[in-house]
Amino acid sequence: MTTMTSLEKVTSLGNKVSRRGFLKGAGGLTFAVSLGAGGVQFLTPKQAKALVGHTDMSAWVRISPDNTITILSAGAEMGQGSMTSVPLMLAEELDADWNLVHLEFAPADPKIYGYTRKRRGRMTTSMAIVGSRAVMMYYKPMRMAGAQVRKVLMQNAAKKWGVPVSQVRTEPSVVIGPGGKRLTYGEIAGFAKVPAILPKVSASELKKPRDFRLIGKSLPRRDIVGKVDGSAKFSIDVMLPGMVYASTVHSPVQGAKPLSWNEAKLKKLKGFIGTVKLKQGIAVIADNFEHVLAARNDLEVKWSKARAEGYNSEEALEKDYPKKSADPKTKAKKIEARGDVDKAFASAAKTYAADYRCDYGYHAQMEPLNAVARINGAGNRMEIWEGTQAPGRSRSGIAKALGFKTGQVIHHQMYMGGGFGRRSRTDYTIEAALISQEIKRPVKMIWTREEDINYGMFRPQTFQHLEAALDGSGKLVGWKHSVIGDGRRLLTGGAKIKKYYKVPNQLIVEQKAGKHGIRTKHWRAVAHVFNVYAIEALIDEVAAAQGMDPLEFRLKNLPLTAKARRVLTKVAQMSDWKKKRPKGRALGLSMTERSGSLGAEVAEVSVDRKTGKIRVHKVWAAMDGGIIVQPEAALHNVESGIIYGLSSVLKERATIKGGAVEQSNFHDYEVLRMADAPEELHVEFLDRPTKPTGIGELGNPGIGAAVANGFHALTGKRLYHMPFTPERVRAALKS
Amino acid sequence: MVAFTLNGKRVSVKTEPATPLLWAIREHLKLTGTKYGCGAGLCGACTVHVNGKAVKSCQIEISSVQGARVLTIEGLSNGATHPLQKAFIAEQVPQCGYCQSGQIMKAAELLAKNPKPSRDQIVAHMNGNICRCGTYNRIVAAIQRASKEG
Ligand code: FES
Ligand code: FES
Repeated sequence: MTTMTSLEKVTSLGNKVSRRGFLKGAGGLTFAVSLGAGGVQFLTPKQAKALVGHTDMSAWVRISPDNTITILSAGAEMGQGSMTSVPLMLAEELDADWNLVHLEFAPADPKIYGYTRKRRGRMTTSMAIVGSRAVMMYYKPMRMAGAQVRKVLMQNAAKKWGVPVSQVRTEPSVVIGPGGKRLTYGEIAGFAKVPAILPKVSASELKKPRDFRLIGKSLPRRDIVGKVDGSAKFSIDVMLPGMVYASTVHSPVQGAKPLSWNEAKLKKLKGFIGTVKLKQGIAVIADNFEHVLAARNDLEVKWSKARAEGYNSEEALEKDYPKKSADPKTKAKKIEARGDVDKAFASAAKTYAADYRCDYGYHAQMEPLNAVARINGAGNRMEIWEGTQAPGRSRSGIAKALGFKTGQVIHHQMYMGGGFGRRSRTDYTIEAALISQEIKRPVKMIWTREEDINYGMFRPQTFQHLEAALDGSGKLVGWKHSVIGDGRRLLTGGAKIKKYYKVPNQLIVEQKAGKHGIRTKHWRAVAHVFNVYAIEALIDEVAAAQGMDPLEFRLKNLPLTAKARRVLTKVAQMSDWKKKRPKGRALGLSMTERSGSLGAEVAEVSVDRKTGKIRVHKVWAAMDGGIIVQPEAALHNVESGIIYGLSSVLKERATIKGGAVEQSNFHDYEVLRMADAPEELHVEFLDRPTKPTGIGELGNPGIGAAVANGFHALTGKRLYHMPFTPERVRAALKS
Repeated sequence: MVAFTLNGKRVSVKTEPATPLLWAIREHLKLTGTKYGCGAGLCGACTVHVNGKAVKSCQIEISSVQGARVLTIEGLSNGATHPLQKAFIAEQVPQCGYCQSGQIMKAAELLAKNPKPSRDQIVAHMNGNICRCGTYNRIVAAIQRASKEG
């Protein structure tokens, strides 16, 4: 199958990470296991062939006689550290000496390397690293696999010594027998036999958290050194012999198709090779990238009509959405219905209502989308280099687009220069593959930053209407929330509040705004961004109306879960909530929820009343993500989420006029810079003994309301439209 | 043909004089540690040193570096031993890592002319370099550490 020629050079992943080796010919002990639906299974070559069509597959774990251990990592790496923390969980139960462990990216075969989860009623395997899943989904199977491999080592050592396996134990990478007998894992690998079926390990045989040597201890991430010496390879860095360059031009009006273009003129350009017509655009190809840029400049395309034509996002959000939201005839889907909402509101002592808006958001991952593709001479095998959050889906998607079987696509996972949900859809990689197939040459396809925005896939804009009902004693007894927008399965995340506020009567609905023809996509916690903002801003408003401190109101008048009470109490203590702040500063509080984790955030804000510029000086976050596998990396993840969230809260807005995205680069799609970042970030984990839940997107949902609520504490005014641009802030101050 | 010194070695590139230095370094000379982020002088991912000064290489025409000394992340040290690189590792700064070469090159310029910068001076100096993963606070900490530990 894959040959290793020259690839070693182009894709070596920097410090301590080498490309995957193969079972065939590899010395020592190899454990090819699958994490399939039936738990962890040992795979025979025959089973492997049945699963993925070939036998020379990589092993999850390989123990060499030289005592090194190679573990494959299914944690696609975009900065969150999964590449380290996922295999580390296996190493923990294997009781491996982490210094002897090498990591390699797992191949894009979800049936072997994927985690299992229920999807629309069926068990499926997936390698998609989305929704903060990496550690959460791999926690159990990776530990189980590690424990099984450890058992094989112990059994082999026990047999050699002629003692029962119950008399041996392990220390890092060593099996210890009676009388202080020792065999290193490497020594055992030299003689051991792997049984036909991996020994079973029961959950009770797994390590107790107090015995963890790796989980819960912060170890250096394996990708760091390569990222400070320039050697870490992203797909944009791949070089192949004979490679040419390409870039696709898509219609300014999203969704329009190319009809005709000025190829004749382009032919006169230096280095120009040709064009390839794609479904949604024209790819220009040249001998180097500066010539591609020149061709992009000169390309003129006639585009078809498209649905997005005439769509004006600001108008829709200002006028259409509120109208549709209030119209009972608008198509609506129940997200949550509990108790009797009508009765709760009819018999309420007080009711409150507010509307919230949020603009489109663009991922702005630092590495513009790109991929490298190479078709073979016979035209029946495609090799792909890309950074993807969903290697399995990408690989099969590429195969389908080419008219290939999945096995005909060789997939090389690379580091991602940011993912944030954009890189779980590899439309750009499919473009690279189609170009290479057509021109029969290796190609590096890069979207310019302008293209990346123009043909972006956005976090949908939304309008939300919320209502709250209090009983005579001021307790929250009724809750209504409707969210409207256009984004399939992108609108309702985070709208449910039962994990922290157990309000007895609730009605939460999603309404359809109709189709705009604009591409939408997951965006770091997507719907949590606007839903959590609206929920927590209204709670703050209701608290203020009772003349109560927002923390006190939550603790006394809201039906909190125990988890919610813990994080609120913790963040209050961390931020010294009651303490007087310097003049011109105030605190805002918000809950934040994502992927099973719960947190509370406090922001200390100030505002320049003349310019309308909000500044966030400090943020405190108390997070409950269960057992934290890699505390330092998790901490950085939450910090990263806070900054990413704050960027969207203060600055980012994509707008669409006449179906075309109005922004084109970082001058008009502004993201947070260092001068706008809080001077202090204080994140703490509650360190609960429960199984790990998502961390990667936990930082950002809460920060919107924390800022808006802090702004209210400071000025007495409310902010109802995110982002809180200086213009909107000035308008709020005047209101 | 433009000839210059790249990380201490004489190199020459055959391309149009207006070619951005960024693409010459990355694709012609194959030193890919320098990154493309915006192509418009807005993000700093492409930062390199020309004659000791940090510049955005996407905004520099190759013809203008004729005879100059160009330094990229690959030439900053041998084996990530520059005080800044050591500090970035100690603080575990990078997330996705894509902006980090640019950040380190920009910070190296600062420490070369001001070994003990204040926090405000660091922020003012670094503000042109975007980190979409939001590692700003860690970058500040790493620069302060490098300044202290040298
Ligand atoms: S790529 Fe040069 S400043 Fe962004
Ligand atoms: S580390 Fe990802 S952009 Fe800075």
